[in-house]
Amino acid sequence: MRAFHSARRVGVARQVTFYASLVLVLAFFLFPFFWMIINSFKTNERIQEYPPAWAFAPTTGNFQDVFRQTPFLRHAGNSLIVALGSVGLGLALGLPAAYGIARYRFHRVGVAILACRMIPGVSFLLPWFIVFRSLGLLDTYTGLVIAHLIITVPLITWIMLSFFEEVPVELEEAARIDGCSPWGAFFRVALPLVRSGVAAAAILALIFCWNHFLLPLILAGPRTKTLPVVVYSFMAFDELNLGGVYASATLITMPVLAMTLLVQRHFVRGLLIGGVKG
Amino acid sequence: MSERGAPWLFILPAFFFLVAVVAFPVLYTVAISLTRWSAAVTEPPTWIGLANYADMATASPEFRNALLVSIYFTGVSVAIEIVLGIALAQLLNRDFVGKGLVRTLLLLPVAGTPVAFALVWRNMYNPSYGIMNWFMEQAGLPHQRWLAGISTVIPSLILFDVWQWTPLVMLITLAAMEALPTDPYEAAVIDGAGPVELFRHITLPLIRPAVFAVMALRLMDSFKTFDQIYVTTQGGPGTASQTLILYVFDQAFRYLKIGYASAVIIVLFLMILASNLAVVYLRRAAA
Repeated sequence: MRAFHSARRVGVARQVTFYASLVLVLAFFLFPFFWMIINSFKTNERIQEYPPAWAFAPTTGNFQDVFRQTPFLRHAGNSLIVALGSVGLGLALGLPAAYGIARYRFHRVGVAILACRMIPGVSFLLPWFIVFRSLGLLDTYTGLVIAHLIITVPLITWIMLSFFEEVPVELEEAARIDGCSPWGAFFRVALPLVRSGVAAAAILALIFCWNHFLLPLILAGPRTKTLPVVVYSFMAFDELNLGGVYASATLITMPVLAMTLLVQRHFVRGLLIGGVKG
Repeated sequence: MSERGAPWLFILPAFFFLVAVVAFPVLYTVAISLTRWSAAVTEPPTWIGLANYADMATASPEFRNALLVSIYFTGVSVAIEIVLGIALAQLLNRDFVGKGLVRTLLLLPVAGTPVAFALVWRNMYNPSYGIMNWFMEQAGLPHQRWLAGISTVIPSLILFDVWQWTPLVMLITLAAMEALPTDPYEAAVIDGAGPVELFRHITLPLIRPAVFAVMALRLMDSFKTFDQIYVTTQGGPGTASQTLILYVFDQAFRYLKIGYASAVIIVLFLMILASNLAVVYLRRAAA
């Protein structure tokens, strides 16, 4: 009986240690996020107080300023246009490619698409900058949409490849026997079966485009600047408007987090494949 | 449409993509890396062979600095992320209330907009009022200059990187751990193995492929880290945090030395390739 009690005490102690370390881990990984939201509701003076203010009267002034004094919504529109355009075109290129690789075993093409990941983003950026400059494509939506294909096409192709591989070939074979063309089998049989996969791939690609900084930093201009570039310039040129910086950082992150919740099952795989950096 | 041509038509758009959007820029970069070309002047590029590469090797202390900074930043941050990621995965590899929620919450650092987080970290590191110094004070440690100090800037950026990417390592190794069979553990426990032996002799060898895969991935991405460094320090103070990618960016888009920058890009690419080959080699040696 005593042995039983002490074993239970050890069990409880273990549980307590476990949950305590869990809280510590979460505190570390969530703190900057928490701090971003807290500070976006502080006045500029409060943000620069030392010791930092933990209790304060929250204000929505920063958010109002961001919407009133900066063309935040216009730049959010730019981000959306570029991301949607690039995801749309990425689906048009990537879906048939994924299907082709899955069904007709063009694995070498697949590997080549994946190898893009190794190439530093600047090695795409520099040639495009030169070519776009001579074609007049700098600071245009067209240029930005083309440039962001480097993010969307590999991501969509590789996410969809595994979805298409799960569709039983027999269904398409049956359709072919009934007189369906290869494209008919693709559009009418395979594609409807992987709808949820298409949605996941599209949302992931949308997140990566929305977050991207380097390509628009160079290829966008005053007309087409996307949100990350704009938020960065708030900080670079107006060090004193920290409230605005925090509010816009919060605003730019929120849609991403909402979308992440929708696709969290696929998110890690998305990171393995996509996200061209620097 | 012919039946035989159809498979090619599925692939053709992607093939076009590879040629136009990947192969062309890469080959173009190789070609201009062999020229002297300043985009500031209207002169066309002049062919100078391997002179840009020779410049890098002999005449440029900035290049050597950037190379060392890159290796320092990537080497230390990836090592910490791998060890910490495995440790956290081991911690979370059990059934507990709210496991799904914890997994979701840990996605936040990797999913959020890097520029936004970089702005937040930059402000948290502010030497005069930032929260990091407040934490130091609570722990009884002296205030630091963080991003503003020549010797503290890289460790500060490493902490930021560890914060952002350890969850990814953790989630991938945790998935690998959860897929492991339970029989070897039962057999070992009967033989009297403790938790440390179980981890060292069963878990670690079995999750090794996943660990090497995530290591390759992190090495690749870490050498390319741009947003986080550009937004927080722009490579400063001085050139203390100027990694190769920031050096390339400066040479190309500030000084418009297009030819030279292209040569540095090729070297950066070769480094990423080499680091990945090293992981492949390690993986074979360990198997």
